[in-house]
This record gives sequence, structure tokens and C-alpha cells, in this order.
Amino acid sequence: MASDRITSVFQKAGQKPVMAMFITAGYPEPAVTPDIIAALESSGADIIELGMPFSDPLADGPTIQYSSEVAIEQGTDLDSIFEMVKQVRITSSIPIVLMGYINPILYYGVEKFFEKAASAGVDGFILPDVPVEEAGLVETYCDKHALALIYLVAPNTTDERMRLIDQKSHGFVYCVSVTGVTGARDGDQVAQSVSRFIDRVKANITKNPVLVGFGIKSHEDAKQISAGLRGFVVGSALIDTIRKNYPNSDWLDRTREFVEEIKYGK
Amino acid sequence: MQYTSPTKNGYFGRFGGKFVPEILIPALNELEAAYANVKNDPSFHEEFMFLLREYVGRPTPLTFAERLTEHFGKARIYLKREDLCHTGAHKINNTVGQVLLARRMGKKRIIAETGAGQHGVATATVCARFGMECVVYMGAEDTERQKLNVDRMRLLGAEVRPVTSGSQTLKDATNEAIRDWVTNVDDTFYIIGSVVGPHPYPMMVRDFHRIIGDETRSQLQKIEGKLPDYVVACVGGGSNAMGIFYPFIEDEHVKLIGVEAAGYGVESGKTAATFAKGTPGVLHGSLSFLLQTNQGQIALAHSVSAGLDYPGVGPEHAHLHDIKRVQYVPVTDEEALEGVRLTSSMEGIIPALETAHAMAFLNTLMPTTTAGEVVVVNCSGRGDKDMATISKFI
Repeated sequence: MASDRITSVFQKAGQKPVMAMFITAGYPEPAVTPDIIAALESSGADIIELGMPFSDPLADGPTIQYSSEVAIEQGTDLDSIFEMVKQVRITSSIPIVLMGYINPILYYGVEKFFEKAASAGVDGFILPDVPVEEAGLVETYCDKHALALIYLVAPNTTDERMRLIDQKSHGFVYCVSVTGVTGARDGDQVAQSVSRFIDRVKANITKNPVLVGFGIKSHEDAKQISAGLRGFVVGSALIDTIRKNYPNSDWLDRTREFVEEIKYGK
Repeated sequence: MQYTSPTKNGYFGRFGGKFVPEILIPALNELEAAYANVKNDPSFHEEFMFLLREYVGRPTPLTFAERLTEHFGKARIYLKREDLCHTGAHKINNTVGQVLLARRMGKKRIIAETGAGQHGVATATVCARFGMECVVYMGAEDTERQKLNVDRMRLLGAEVRPVTSGSQTLKDATNEAIRDWVTNVDDTFYIIGSVVGPHPYPMMVRDFHRIIGDETRSQLQKIEGKLPDYVVACVGGGSNAMGIFYPFIEDEHVKLIGVEAAGYGVESGKTAATFAKGTPGVLHGSLSFLLQTNQGQIALAHSVSAGLDYPGVGPEHAHLHDIKRVQYVPVTDEEALEGVRLTSSMEGIIPALETAHAMAFLNTLMPTTTAGEVVVVNCSGRGDKDMATISKFI
């Protein structure tokens, strides 16, 4: 079962926080995505969230809008993303979760999409514009191929809905730390936001582990914000780091340093 | 035929729904509950109708287009004069309705997106009237081609935020408005300007505009003693068309025609003809027809009219297209400009470029009509705002 790779990461981690890293597939160029994933893994990432770029990412801030535009301009499409995953799978069993908006998937054909994703070695999906209300479109295919469908909860999600989302999710639940779009933020503010609803998250999400994301950009942020949860996700801050250093000759080393710093501190 | 769309989940046939981030679900649920409350509340209806009468200037006339009728020598042509609404277009029917709802929900801050600026002006207007904070997102490119409307919004006290991401037009202004809403969801009410977006917006915006069709129906009964044979309206997102079509949907002998913007032509690659060139997909929270690339990315639309320059269309139109209740036809930029000339010179009415698409279709439609028939065109807005564009062609 493909989503077993996700489950075993949480089992192996024990009490240690699980670190997921988000990168837009095809950014800064399609050829290097497998190299970036290998670098993330070797420097401590436990799960890879691979963004499927979309022209109109309305839940994302400027950083991911930018990386998506760059990736699309260079021809990144769903087939090329499956190829990237296949390449990673030759040597790695790190869980790979595809994250993206529903439209390109609908256009590609939902059934074909999940079939190809499964055979490429994808483990799960985060689809930010498909709430549980619309899950009928994709759920049966995820079940068929034993792929994990991961839903999000936010600070304004009701208790009842959190329980529903926990029931519907497989692998883990993604907790959005603040009301807003993706992007690096002031760590104290994010921690404050999370502290206001973390008790509700822990009380209502009991079946799945919870990873918290949005706004995390340092080891301190990660520690403070994910305290009491099973781990965290970093996205925009990683892309900002790559953007700052690419294409200097040491950009991949700098990326590794950034990831190690987040994981272990300075 | 009994017509009951949408379902309680917001579906019109296979189109519609709520494709939004989790953060917006509570807000949409709250909006849905609040709207269900006011929908059958006589005091809300009374307040809404009072403002439409005393502030917007309704009912708008149904003007017999005498010279146009003579010109074609076939069916009699009537124009539903939404151009005479306060602020110059039908858009204000909806903003009045939504701002009243926002007040009842206790929201203090209003946001909106705008393309041509008409919806932005209509939103800024009602916010000024009720003393509410107003932020309007507008594509940077549109702020230049519709500068007059930017100045109007600012004068009305709204903050206009130019959007520089993506294509810098209506699509991107809508993305940015949604991002604002996601961020400020607790105190902010998003006034969507067309029959697009997640449920309940397409239904709610339609309901606030159905007054156009309701008035047309009773006015024409009085003048002609019958229902129209044809109702023609332009379709971008499709709010003025839904407003005039909706009360006639069950009258199957009334032919409904939606005119979409073909830009340089449906095969030119520079078009906004969503039904001619689009396929089903999800944009801005609902499943409908979309112009998209062969990778499922949203394509850039083109129309000379900023209000029709949008790669999507409301989900209810997609449904009416599916069930063949409405016929959708394309009209090019060039034909629309000819429509401006025709309406201006024959009737003394300078129509908006959007409206001109519907007027231009008369050249195709009229020869197929007969002398006993009646055609109603929704004259959705006036053309003053477009004079800079129109001037280049006269």
C-alpha cells in the first residue's frame, strides 16, 4: 500500500517531530527537481510535498505564485511531474505527497491521473481547493489505488468539522496555522494563532497525526509552532532560499544548509 | 418544465459547487445561512425594494426601439434600460442586495474585484451610502484602460488596489480578492460582482438581479399583452443575462440568447468565448466552462470590453448550455463596435461595449424573425466609461 510509507515515517519518528518540505515541481527548472528532493532527504526531510504548479493558486502567497509561474513557463506538466517522481523512486522511499489545485487534474482526467500517480510512486495528495464537500470527485480513485487523501483544518474550522476531516483523511491532517495564504511570517504571531486552537485540534483529530504549516521559516519557529503536534511543513521559506541562491554554483549546498538548520538548529 | 436549480449543495446540473480552501468554508456556510434567512424575510425584501426604487431608480424603462425596429423591418425590438440605473449599469442591483446582507451579518469591511470598474463603482457607491470600509481589487492593466472608474471609486471613498500578478486583469483581481478574504475572513464580506464563485454566490447574485427579468415580464405584458419571443443579453460572467433570463426559464417558448465576446474571433486565440472554445473546469470556486490551455492552466481571455474579458462563466449558464435552454453565440470586437454605432445613431443610446455585443447580434437574429414577434435586448450598461476605447474606432 503506497500510503504505508507515510504511516511508517510517523512510526519511526517516535517522539521526534516529522519535517515535511514543500517544493514546487519544476522550480527553478524541471531537470533539478529530483536533485532537490534528494538534497532535502539527505539533510533531514521526512516527507516531500511536491507542488503541482497552477496558473491561479488562490490559496498561495507571492512566493509560491512566483515558483509556480516559473515552473509552468518551463513546461512543467503532470506527466513531467510523474517522471520526476519515478526518478526519485529509483533510489528513495521517502513519502511524496502531491499538492495542487484541482483544475489541471480535471483537465488531465481524474481516473487517469490517480492511476498514473500511483504507478509513479506517489503516496498521497493535498488538494487545497477540494474541501470534503467536493471530495466525491477524487475519493474513490484514491481509495482504489490506496493513496492518502490529506485534508486541511484551519483556525476557524469547527470541532464537528475537524472530526469529519480526521475521519476522511489518511496519512496525516494538515493544520493551517493562520487564516491567510501561504508564506513566511512573523513566528510569534503564528505561534499565538496556533495556541488559540491547538487544544481543539488535539481533542478532535485523534485518528491521524497532525502536521502544522504556513509561516514557518526557522528552527525556532518550527519548535514553537509545532509544539504538541507531530511535526511541521516548510514551503515558502525553502523556495525563498533557493530563489536567493540559484543559479550560483553552491545553491544546492545552501539549500541543504537551510534544511539542516530548520531541522537541527544552528 | 420545472426549474429548481441549484441543489442545496450549490449544483446546477453538473456545474457549481464550493471549490475553496478550508478557511472559506465557515464563511460560506455563514453566508448561506444568512442569505436563507433574508430570502423569505419580508423586512429585508422591503428594504431592498425601497433602495432599488429610491436610490437605484427602478423600475427601469422598457423602451420600444422604434428606429431599430424599422431598420430591420421584422420583429419589434425593446430595450431593457439597465443603463439608466444609478452608476450606469445593472451591477448596482446586486451590490445593494449584498451590502444589506453584509450589514445584517455585522460585517464592517467590504472587498470586491472589478474588471471594467462598473462592479467596483457599484460596490464603492453602496459602501459610501452605508459608511462602510471598501477595498476594490483591479488588474493593473484595467486601472489604466478604465481610469475614469478608478477615479470614481476613489472619490466614493474606496481604496483601489491595483493587481500586478498574472495577466493583471479581472481573473487576477478575483484571485487577489479571494486571498484578502482568506486572510481577513472574520470581519470581511466579499461582494462578488457576477454569477460566479462558490455557492451560494451564483444563486444569490442571480436572485438580486432577477428584478430585471421580473420587470421586463410585467412591462411587456402591459405593452404587448404577451411574453417576448426572444431575450438577448451579453455574457461575461453572466450576471445581467441571468437576471433577465431567470424569470423566463420555465416559459419554454421564450428563446433565450446569451452573447459572448469572441474578441478577434473564436479561432483567433484572442477570445473570451467560453462556450465556443472552453471546456469544463474549476476557477474561482466553482465548476463551469473555462478557457484553458492543454495543460489545464487558465488561458488568457481577450475582449475589447473589459467586462467580458474573463476566461470563465457562471455555472448556471454552463448548466443552461448543457440542457440547451439558452443558446450561446459569439460576437467579435469589430461587430461589437459596429453595435455601438448602430445603437447610438439609431436610438440615441450609447451602450457599454459589453452591451454592444448583445446589440450587434441583432444583425444576425433579426432577419430570422417575423413581424408579429417581440425581441427584448438587455441594455445592461451605458457607454460613457468606454469612450476612450470607442474613440479610437470612430
